[in-house]
Amino acid sequence: MSDETKPGLKSPLRRKLLMGMAALPAVSMLGRPAFADVPATSAVNTTGLAVTDSEVTVGILHSVTGTMAISETGSVEAEKLAIEQINAAGGVLGRKIKFIQEDGASDWPTFAEKAKKLLVNDKCAAVMGCWTSASRKAVLPVFEQYNGMLYYPTFYEGLEQSKNVIYTGQEATQQIIAGLDWVNKTKGAKSFYLLGSDYIWPRTSNKIARKHIEGHLQGCKVVGEEYFPLGSTQFNSVINKIKLTKPDVIYAIIVGGSNVAFYKQLKAAGIDLSKQTLLTISVTEDEIDGIGGENIAGAYACMKYFQSLDNANNKAFVPAFKKMWGEKTVIGDVTQAAYLGPWLWKLTVEKAGSFDIDKIAAASPGVEFKGAPEGYVRIHENHHLWSKTRVGRAKADGQYELIYETADLVEPDPFPKGYQ
Amino acid sequence: MFGDYSISDLGAILAMQGFAGLILFSVYVLMALGLAIIFGQMGVINMAHGEFMILGAYVTWMTSNAVQHVAPWLFPGYFFIAMILAFIASGALGMLVEWALIRHLYKRPLDTLLATWGLSLILQQAYRSIFGAREVGVELPEWMMGSWQATDSIQIPINGMFVMALTILITIVVFYILFWSSWGKQVRAVVQNRVMAGAVGINTEKVDRYTFGLGCGIAGIAGSAFTMIGSTGPTAGQLYIVDTFLVVVFGGAASLFGTIASAFSISQTQSTLEFFLSGSMAKVITLLTIVAILMVRPQGLFALKVRK
Repeated sequence: MSDETKPGLKSPLRRKLLMGMAALPAVSMLGRPAFADVPATSAVNTTGLAVTDSEVTVGILHSVTGTMAISETGSVEAEKLAIEQINAAGGVLGRKIKFIQEDGASDWPTFAEKAKKLLVNDKCAAVMGCWTSASRKAVLPVFEQYNGMLYYPTFYEGLEQSKNVIYTGQEATQQIIAGLDWVNKTKGAKSFYLLGSDYIWPRTSNKIARKHIEGHLQGCKVVGEEYFPLGSTQFNSVINKIKLTKPDVIYAIIVGGSNVAFYKQLKAAGIDLSKQTLLTISVTEDEIDGIGGENIAGAYACMKYFQSLDNANNKAFVPAFKKMWGEKTVIGDVTQAAYLGPWLWKLTVEKAGSFDIDKIAAASPGVEFKGAPEGYVRIHENHHLWSKTRVGRAKADGQYELIYETADLVEPDPFPKGYQ
Repeated sequence: MFGDYSISDLGAILAMQGFAGLILFSVYVLMALGLAIIFGQMGVINMAHGEFMILGAYVTWMTSNAVQHVAPWLFPGYFFIAMILAFIASGALGMLVEWALIRHLYKRPLDTLLATWGLSLILQQAYRSIFGAREVGVELPEWMMGSWQATDSIQIPINGMFVMALTILITIVVFYILFWSSWGKQVRAVVQNRVMAGAVGINTEKVDRYTFGLGCGIAGIAGSAFTMIGSTGPTAGQLYIVDTFLVVVFGGAASLFGTIASAFSISQTQSTLEFFLSGSMAKVITLLTIVAILMVRPQGLFALKVRK
């Protein structure tokens, strides 16, 4: 591939990346042959989005500064990779994707302001972005008012559905219920100690977990439930309580810097995770980097993607990601979900035969992405994804070893009956 | 909640909980000491204190990597080297900052608040650009992790005891420096009456610079020690700053004894409440108590009597 075929890209990484592309048969198979017949712009763009005969503009809206940069960096990297790959495979409806990146700066009003800029000034055909629920809640009215399309990557608490958002991560019931069933069945777990950072996602998730444990699992009970302020670094007291109550399972939804403190102190207090079952839904490979693999080895995590997954898509995805962003980078669940965003958008646009937001929103249900690193995903009527739920066990090298996966795709259910 | 447990179980928990409180106490003292020196002796409100701590943490991380590559046999003991390097790095940066920024603002103490807050933002972004936005994992020698099995059911975290020992050592050294050395006398003279201290031949500028450097250096050591119990990332310093100010203000701004007394009372309240309530509620009640006490006694627990 020569540079002339890549008019829309300005990334300095382009050349390096293109060399990497050669090693990606699985991905390039997905793309149609380029420039076969490019439909006229007036036909595919009736609402004045930033689409020309050769280019289409999308937005990337994440925090690259501030507290959340730790988490959101991986998502930005994955989205850029997906865009590069889509362009290398011929673009979308014959048009190269050009992206405009804005920084939400870990500040929710800034997210809303930048979202407005991307939609109103830049007329972005789609936006990949946000990470925390707070930032998503801040931009949601903007996307609904100006009729934009947001691809949101993080696993989250559910209780939301919008025509203008595609949720590429798992909602809470997908992530929680299968994991609890698994630990109950294979480990014979009967008593659970629920822990979390003190904000909406851990609280809603633990609420669902508690309802499931008490209402659906035979003879199981919750022996403790506790929350810590975000950024809390002292866990010795709760660790003592855990020692006192001796739960079969510690169910931990602690986020950010607190995670590091929690697992280090757990280990220092003599709780051996090879004997004590700990199940988390908040620690991806990204977080293990900071925690240190030796401090969390033995813990179980329940999510939909692990870097170590053994399938053809993932075997192409992981080296491509490392080639673009460095050998040492790790890929967590959300990073993979962020990678799905541009691809799902491309597939939806091609299905709809149009960039118009209304047509994309209507065409989204049923769109399948067979090249997903997690295997196979399909968009549900409620704009969330059908996906498998998996349990992995942390190893000292910072990777998860796949222990269990659901046989079928799990249906997304953002408004679970009986769990609210 | 205690109905189902045996006496020996409860005894063991009580002992471990007591240690948890003491460890929290040491952590508070260690992080507040540097700030207390700067705030108490110089009246400078150093909002970048957390970032000086994180510089220490990053130095520890770099030392750990360097030692693993160059001299793996040194690894079990690298932490001591790292702490010394952390002290030097943070102290040197502190002196540089004092020279470039703080000394111009001594007459406007509230502006130091703004200036050092700006500095903290600059440092955070600098860490992010240099070390990356992601957290780094500091690898510790095996002997520092794990716990000491005191009895069958009592386990005491080794890193907690390490922090305690370190805190005691540093506190003794600081007290020696400030209250028995001749340099300490100069510092206290400058605090009490800057003009007179200058008149009797004390180089007040130099005293200021070294005092600020000492405070920042201790913050660096604290940051280095906290890699054992917390995270190391560009914004991790923010996790400590609120607690640190709380301890210093509650103790009485100009008193090191006050800092220690306040660290003790806050940590004991916090860890006792945490055991009976949830973490968030414990924090709320602790903060409310402190606010109430400060309303009655705005100068804090201990106040130094200074002729104004």
